[in-house]
Parts: sequence; C-alpha cells; structure tokens
Amino acid sequence: MLSTIWEKLNVFPDVSIPLGTPVEKFVNFLEVNFEIVFDIIFNITSTTIVAFDDFLNWLPWTVFILIIVLIGTFFQSFKSGLLYGFFMFLVGSFGLWEEMMITIAVILTAVIISIFIGIPIGIMMAMNKAFSVIMRPILDAMQTMPSFVYLIPVIFFFPLGNVPAVFATIIYAVPPVIRLTELGIRNVDREVTESAESFGSSRVQMLTKVQLPQAVPTIMAGVNQTTMMALAMAVIASMVGAGGLGEQVLIAINRIDIALGFEAGISIVFLAIIIDRVTAGIGNRFQRSEEG
Amino acid sequence: MDAKLSLQNVSKIFGSRPKKAVPYIKEGLSKEEILEKTGNTVGVYDASVDINEGELFVIMGLSGSGKSTLIRCLNMLNNPTYGSIYVDGEDIVQYKKDQLKDFRQNKIAMVFQHFGLFSHRTVLGNVEYGLEIRGVSQEERQDIALKNLEVVGLKGWEDKYPDELSGGMQQRVGLARALANDPDILLMDEPFSALDPLIRREMQLELLDIQERLQKTIIFITHDVNEAFKIGDRVAVMKDGRIVQTGSPEEILEEPADDYISEFIKDIDRSKILQAENIMTRPNALVSLKDGLNVAIKEMETNGISSVFVVDRKRSLQGIVTIDDAIKGRQNGQSLEDILIRDVEQVQLVDYVQDIIPKAAETKYPLAVVDEENRLEGIILRVHVLTSLS
Ligand SMILES: Nc1ncnc2c1ncn2[C@@H]1O[C@H](COP(=O)(O)OP(=O)(O)O)[C@@H](O)[C@H]1O
Ligand SMILES: [Mg+2]
Repeated sequence: MLSTIWEKLNVFPDVSIPLGTPVEKFVNFLEVNFEIVFDIIFNITSTTIVAFDDFLNWLPWTVFILIIVLIGTFFQSFKSGLLYGFFMFLVGSFGLWEEMMITIAVILTAVIISIFIGIPIGIMMAMNKAFSVIMRPILDAMQTMPSFVYLIPVIFFFPLGNVPAVFATIIYAVPPVIRLTELGIRNVDREVTESAESFGSSRVQMLTKVQLPQAVPTIMAGVNQTTMMALAMAVIASMVGAGGLGEQVLIAINRIDIALGFEAGISIVFLAIIIDRVTAGIGNRFQRSEEG
Repeated sequence: MDAKLSLQNVSKIFGSRPKKAVPYIKEGLSKEEILEKTGNTVGVYDASVDINEGELFVIMGLSGSGKSTLIRCLNMLNNPTYGSIYVDGEDIVQYKKDQLKDFRQNKIAMVFQHFGLFSHRTVLGNVEYGLEIRGVSQEERQDIALKNLEVVGLKGWEDKYPDELSGGMQQRVGLARALANDPDILLMDEPFSALDPLIRREMQLELLDIQERLQKTIIFITHDVNEAFKIGDRVAVMKDGRIVQTGSPEEILEEPADDYISEFIKDIDRSKILQAENIMTRPNALVSLKDGLNVAIKEMETNGISSVFVVDRKRSLQGIVTIDDAIKGRQNGQSLEDILIRDVEQVQLVDYVQDIIPKAAETKYPLAVVDEENRLEGIILRVHVLTSLS
C-alpha cells in the first residue's frame, strides 16, 4: 500500500514546460532581424583584433621586449623592467611568441570595448539612483555566474573564433570598471561637488571638469581589475575558438602534454604579472598627479 | 536703503513630508520629538533677516543649530521648504534653472569649511574655475586669477597643487576662488574653523582687510562667539533652527535676548570685542589753541578736572594741558602753546580694549580717542577701561 504510493510519488508527470523554446525563438529573432548589427559588430571587433595582432607581430621581438623594459622602468623600476623583459624572452623561448601576441590582441580589444561600455554605464549609475538599483543585481549576477555560461549566448551570434571570445570576455570582465566608475564618482567629496555647483556649473561641466577627473584613480583601479579578469578568461574563451596561449593550454589538456601545458600556463601568468603591475602603476601615477 | 539680501520666513525641513512637521514646530516640540513623530528634521525654521550691502553679517550658533542649512539656502544648495529670499529685490527661490545658474555664476560665491578645493587642479586652475565655466577666455581668466591670488597673499604658488599647501593657504585659495568671480555676495561657512588658532586670527584680520578694500556683502558662519563678535558688523544668533537674536556685537553684549545667549557670551573676552568708541566718553571740556591760557584754566575749574585736551580749529588733537602747568605758566607769562604737552597717548576709534589696557596703565592723563584724521572724538579714563570689562 505505502510502497505503491511511494512509487506513484516517484513518477514524473507527463508535462513539458518548454522554457527553452521562447529563448531559442528570441535568439533566432535577433539573429534574423539584427543580422546587420551583428555583422557590423563582428567586423569592427575582428578588424581591431587583427590590427593589434598585425602590429604586434610586425614589431621585432627585440623592440617589443625593449618597450616592455621601458614601460616597467617607467611605472616601477629598472629592475622590474628587466624582469618583465626576461619574462617575455622566456615566452619566446617556449616558442609561444605568436600565441602570446594573439592573446594580447584579444585582451586589449576586450578591455578597450569594456572601457567604452563600462565608463558610461558607471556614470549613468552614479547619476541615476533607479538605474543603479536595477544594474547592481545584474552586475552581481555577471560576476558570480560561472564564466563558461557566457560562451553560450555569444556563439549564437558570432561564428567561432576570436570575436565571440572577445564578447564572452567583455561580459565577464566589464563589471569592475562599471562598479568602480560609479564608486569613484559617488565618492567625490561632497564639498567638492558642492563648490562646483555653487559656481553655477552645468551638469556636463560638473561631470567633465570635476567628477570624472576626481574619479580617475578609482576608475583606473577598475580598469586594472577588468584587465586581470579578461586575462583570466583567456583559457575559457579559447573554447569558442580564440587562438593564443589559452588555446595552447586547451590543447595541452586534451593531449595530456604537461610540458606544453606548463609553458603556456606560465606564459599567461607572466602576462598577468606585467599587466597588473603596469596598470596599477598607471593608476598610482594618476593618483599622484591628480592629487598633487 | 533696501536690503541687499532679505530672508523672509525661510524654513528648511528635511524629510519626505515637511508639512507634517509644521504644527509640531508651532507647538514648540523639540527637534528630536518632531523627528520621532514625523520623520522630518527641522533644519531652519522661520528665519527672517535683512542684510545690507557691504555688511559683514555673522551667523553664530552651536553645532547643529542650522547655520549651514540656512547659508546653503542663500545659493540654493538647499531649496527652502517655505519662505522667500530676495536678492536685489528678486526672489531667488522662484528662479528657474538657467536663472539660478546665472545667479550663481555672477552674484554669489561660497567658501567652504573644508575648503572644497579641486585636488586635480593646480592652485591657479582652482581659482580659474568659476571663470572657466562662465566661458571667460584663457588669458583673461588667468589674469584675474593671478590678481586674486595676490590679494590673498599667494603670489608665486599658482602652480602648486592644493595638497602641497598648508590648511591656511588652502583656505586662501578657497577665498581667491570665490573672489575671482567678483561676486556681490560672499558666503563663508565656518571658513576658519578647520585652521589652528594662530592662523585663524591671521585670516580673520586679512578678511577684515579684504572686506575694507572690496566692500562685499559677506555672510559669515561661525560657532565661535569671539570670532563672531570680532569680525561681525551684525550678528544673528541661531538656536535649534531659529534666529533668536540679531544685532551688533555691542547690542548683543549689552542686552542678550535670553538666557541661552547670556550663556553663550558668558566667557567671551570683552576686551577683544569692545572698541574705543564703545567705552569712550565725550569730553566735557575742550580748549582750542587760540583760546589761550585763561580760558583753559577756567574750563578746568568750572568742570572740576585737572587736565584738558587742546585741539585746533579743525578739532585735530594738539596735546593736553594740566591745571598745575597752566597756573604756573600764567604766573611766568607763558602762552598755552609753551606749556602744551604734545606727547599724549592716543588711540583710534576702532582700537580694541585689549590694546588700550596697556596704554591706559602707563599714562597719567586720560587717553585721547581720535579718528583717522586725528580729530578728537572722545576720551577714555582708566576707570572706563576697568568697568567695560565687567
Ligand atoms: N541633508 C540633510 N538631511 C537631513 N538633515 C539634515 C541635512 N542637513 C542638515 N540636517 C540637519 O539639520 C540640522 C542643522 O544642521 P546644520 O545646518 O548642518 O547645523 P550647523 O551648520 O549649525 O552645525 C541638524 O540637525 C542636521 O542633522
Ligand atoms: Mg555647519
């Protein structure tokens, strides 16, 4: 008696709620009706990546390393500069130079687009409380969602390759620059904005002459975080066809090639160290010249 | 003359439904009770006052009494809940956005307690700000900014950043920035409170100096009675959002409106507030140089005094003669000029009692109080000095 009830409780009813269907329809709708838009986005993005990649490959490796040394010296110290140069040399010696350039090109593109999208959104959030309230949970979700998830929507809209990788990277990496732009603007000292207001500043003047310049150090911290997160996406993004170091890691995993895996992996770490230190250094520099 | 600035029944109540608070205010409930009952904070209630052109008007009160709330209504950083604020006869509360921008750009400027400087701009860039947003050309605004930096004594510092300057210098930048706009009205919300006492005194004197030259209408806030009475032409005392007394420092000292104010001014150093003109008396007798000795002696005898001041035809102070010298002089056939003591202690009308005390202690004669043209305006006896301080 009891056991038959138990069995019945265990039978799943024969209903299906096709939640996936409307989503699929929506995606199809976008694909069909906004094809041109996606084509344009694809072309711009892809051109940018190729341009960066071509430029980086056109640079002789010696010049590239010299630039890295100089950048390191400028933002940190000569010693760090030398170390960074040596890191780059090591990557070359692994035979991963071209792969590294692709990775840099993809990340640069993703970061630049993130900044163009993120800063205006951050500004709007700082100016408009309602918008901020709506955006916050979305940003939270974007940051807590496993990054693989972002691969799914982008492959609907773009053919496999570097472009969907860039957009997956942007979705994953853009929240910090948005958040810190908002934070930077909101945290401008109240007396400072009030003094600007008391002189009769317009809203635009207030933003461009006071709030944004005051927020630059914070925004730079956001750019730093965004860049680091973009780099962290390198391996995952190669699942939708991004080339570069991430792809090498993926290949190594498939082939259980420990040597290649290590070399490609450590190359990403080298890049991460350099990018982190340099962007943090730029931020500090702003802080100094901004505040005296 | 019409007032430069006229506040009429200005109230500022913070919170979503200020109307609810009004009946409770009228009942005389405290701020805390009203906050609890209605969720509204009374910042300022029913403030009315006229401020004249060229006046240095001080608003004084304890922390939380609503001083900042009130002064911020004057440039609409706070929008008053009720009431009108007339500036040159126009109600600024009714201003549209563009009118308000215009008003802020041209007529009024503010100096902040913590300076409110733009840390990303140089000193020059800070002072230029108001002109820049008005669209004044680069050269012209640099010119004006440099001039104003000179006015506040910061020549040569224009390329520094604010955080390279001391507090006192930062506030000078704040002042120069406000002056650069050449506003009619200058709002100063506790501008010197963040500075240490020595610098504060220096800045007070400089402000008076600048005021003398530029003749702005200044509304100055402080919680320090001594500061208020030292620099204010008139002072308004605030308590719990209301103005409880308005008057000149002397008026308030003489006749405090209530116990609160008495308490406030209790430990004020009167010698730093009262000036020669407040404690002097008109001389009973005066002798002119051409009057001669006999007249002088007669004047002293009829008034029962032992010395008398001598002036010329324009009442400009010449010296003093004593009764003893005069009688001796008459016997020796000397003239008034022969026995005149020319080296007399004199003080200016605006000298503070604290500076008069040492002079009064030294001299045997009364102190002569003169105006800028050296005309004798009054005399101060040692006893005047002493009674003025109690
Ligand atoms: N923006 C605001 N919102 C709510 N209450 C405020 C606000 N500004 C000031 N108040 C309140 O108004 C009262 C007067 O404050 P304030 O004018 O700053 O005093 P003061 O400048 O004399 O120290 C205080 O009780 C304060 O808490
Ligand atoms: Mg205040």
